[in-house]
Amino acid sequence: MKNIYIYILIMGLVSYTIRVLPMTLIRRPIKNQFILSFLYYVPYVTLAVMTFPAITEATQSPIAGMAALILGILASWFGASLFQVSVLCCAVVFVLELVL
Amino acid sequence: MNQKQLFGAGMRNGMPVCLGYIAVGFSIGIAAKAVGLNALQGFLLSLFNNASAGEYAGLTVMAAAGSYLEIALMTLVANARYLLMSCALSQRVSPEMKFCHRLFLSYGITDELFGLGIARPGYIEPAYMYGAFSVALTGWSFGTMFGVLAGNVLSARLISALSVALFGMFIAIIIPPAKRDRAVLLCVIVSFAASFAAANLPVIAEVSEGTRTIVLTVVISAGAAVLFPVKKPTGENNGDVDSGQDV
Repeated sequence: MKNIYIYILIMGLVSYTIRVLPMTLIRRPIKNQFILSFLYYVPYVTLAVMTFPAITEATQSPIAGMAALILGILASWFGASLFQVSVLCCAVVFVLELVL
Repeated sequence: MNQKQLFGAGMRNGMPVCLGYIAVGFSIGIAAKAVGLNALQGFLLSLFNNASAGEYAGLTVMAAAGSYLEIALMTLVANARYLLMSCALSQRVSPEMKFCHRLFLSYGITDELFGLGIARPGYIEPAYMYGAFSVALTGWSFGTMFGVLAGNVLSARLISALSVALFGMFIAIIIPPAKRDRAVLLCVIVSFAASFAAANLPVIAEVSEGTRTIVLTVVISAGAAVLFPVKKPTGENNGDVDSGQDV
């Protein structure tokens, strides 16, 4: 077994380098419309891709995860805050997994 | 809002992230313990990386006693999406912001904290982000440590319920802009469908989740950028990003 602390250090260096390079190298506002549009959509697409179907796999019962997704979307659509939506999703799973 | 109020708002909005991070960190701690890490090592792993998928990937390399080069490459691939997020974030900071904030803000670019940052209109406020970091990243590192120390304390059902806090947060970030902007709504629907397909199609499902996320993000975002170009630079694009009405 190699040294765990060195493993952790290497991982940390790589993780930080990935995050800090664009933030420090891109110092001016980008003018290119395609790149601007691309970057505008990236966060929403990434979060959507990571939400489904992963939410159905994070819970013990896929149905509970699916219910949390649907109710969370509805709550958010009708104006619930970030915290309210998160708590609602947890509560839905907690209650449904009692009965499922 | 002054700096102190911004920090407080960040802490408040960081709370759901913290809850989710404790739960997910806890499960990473359990995995870390299985590989042979102690509580301090688990804590440092999360403190230095702030990346769930990346940490899992690294642990698999450690378990196989892989080379240092291998763990570096694995971390790079599993965390490549943060490169995209960092590019996006670089367009949302004020040109007048001090350089050191770029170094500190970079440390906390995670899926959720990035989401919190871009959910606010206008330029990124470092104080707001640091408030969110202080709560959420603490939960992450300590969650991992507790996972190593006491993996069997929380019931599976409780972990299951806590782990959807993260997804609830994702939903709350993507839905309000989707309601206002048809192009974002379409992106969300296409992303859900494509992600589901990629997770279930033979061959493609074999590719790691991190890589699938990168490929789908690039392809769908590029398609949206061609079909629905945005008109103004995002930094001034206040009306089109989430209004952050809960702050």
